Amino acid sequence: MDSALVIFEGANLTRLLGGLLVSLRIAFLAVLFSLVGGVLFGILMNSKNTVVKVLCRVFLESVRIIPQLVWLFIFYFEMTKVFHIHIDAEVASIIVFSLWGTAEMGDLVRGAISSLPQHQRESGFALGLTKIQLYHYVILPQAVRRLLPPAINLVTRMIKTTSLVVLIGVIEVLKIGQQVIEISIFSAPNAAFWVYGFIFFLYFIVCWPVSLMAKWLENYWASKGV
Amino acid sequence: MKNFVKTLAFLMMAIFSVFVLSGCGGSKQANSPEDIKKTGKIKIAVFSDKIPFGYVDKNGNNRGYDVYFARRIAKDLLGDEKKVEFVLVEAAARTEVLEADKVDLVLANFTVTKERAERVDFCLPYMKCMLGVVSKNGTIKNVSQLKGKKLIVNKGTTAEIYFTKNHPEIELLKYDQNTEAFQALKDGRGVALAHDNTEVFAWANRNAGYKCGIESLGSLDAIAPAVKKGNKSLQQWINDEIVNLAKEKFFHKAFDAELKQDFGAVAPDSVVVEGGKI
Repeated sequence: MDSALVIFEGANLTRLLGGLLVSLRIAFLAVLFSLVGGVLFGILMNSKNTVVKVLCRVFLESVRIIPQLVWLFIFYFEMTKVFHIHIDAEVASIIVFSLWGTAEMGDLVRGAISSLPQHQRESGFALGLTKIQLYHYVILPQAVRRLLPPAINLVTRMIKTTSLVVLIGVIEVLKIGQQVIEISIFSAPNAAFWVYGFIFFLYFIVCWPVSLMAKWLENYWASKGV
Repeated sequence: MKNFVKTLAFLMMAIFSVFVLSGCGGSKQANSPEDIKKTGKIKIAVFSDKIPFGYVDKNGNNRGYDVYFARRIAKDLLGDEKKVEFVLVEAAARTEVLEADKVDLVLANFTVTKERAERVDFCLPYMKCMLGVVSKNGTIKNVSQLKGKKLIVNKGTTAEIYFTKNHPEIELLKYDQNTEAFQALKDGRGVALAHDNTEVFAWANRNAGYKCGIESLGSLDAIAPAVKKGNKSLQQWINDEIVNLAKEKFFHKAFDAELKQDFGAVAPDSVVVEGGKI
């Protein structure tokens, strides 16, 4: 039980929370860009134009097939080696996670849009709606409801995957946890259990509200009968 | 068909432009000691979870044998030991941070090997080590006992290279991070863990019930600072510094300050190197 106290020793607690802030900053910005980018990308993927379709496909597949870790290395190390562009490690992480989120979110949006019955689109055009109006009033409101569960899944997955960024030198909550464990191995042999437990708790209180919000939204839409 | 041709043309243009752009690259000059003096700050890569060489203490300060030397370099080069920016690295990223100009110098328990020397330039050594194998109660006393069992190593370390090359019959369990690797040994995921002996001495000293069954394995390795390939002026400066520091037995002082409490009975001369002479 004494091992649990290492969390509160010295500046450890503030450092862990500071690390969480770094994780959250990356995750929050990446999720924000992914949601906006993903909706636009999803609409683009539904395009009839072959050039656009192929380009979208290439982007989606390359982001999905190449591991996020490799993308992090490309943006952090290779960009500098080849083009001499120095990208801050945290910025590189945000870019990579945004690209990943945009691609996956886009595919979800594409799926949600194309799952809508064709008559919705045709009825909209028959009413004289322009393409933008059609998406605004008919397609997107319906697609968003179908999108919610998989999108929440993606968001929590993005929050958890931020722990990869330590490999390009961003010191986030998990790394600080490991630093704390390492210096306490002698004085508190079971520190690993408590520190990892505490980090689990931190991730939980971050991801849980996201799930709660999703549930609330679904209930809200159900009560409004849409 | 027309669309297909358009797509193809576009793709080819995209690929072509990438090649043209990458051709513009070419290698940029790395920071010389003069450049570093001009910026007034030296960037040094150190470990953050490798006690007692490079770690972060409970107040968030960098500590350890490597860090002790890093601060001295900053003091002698820039006149103030605070003028060093520590970049925390993982073992696998040590060559990358130099090649991508993220740091001027790597002081992260970097063992000199032929393969690494092709990608970075090593300075004179400031420490030496061999491989060691730690196991519960030190039951693993020679390599033949490991056959058919799982051995834990860290990715990108000398231990991984040695066992992959010389003992392919031993199954390796590889981890990215130190903490994970040692935790895996405690959890019993492998029967033993192989790492630099300096590392396992310290760990076994701190963990009751674990002993170094094999204390020295493989060839004698030198641990040295590394600079970017071709950065001769900084390499020369560090070499001169190491030679000069031998006069005051600096690395013995560093041993007393950072390693003694962890290594216990180990004699300083079995680990530290003065003036670059192994």
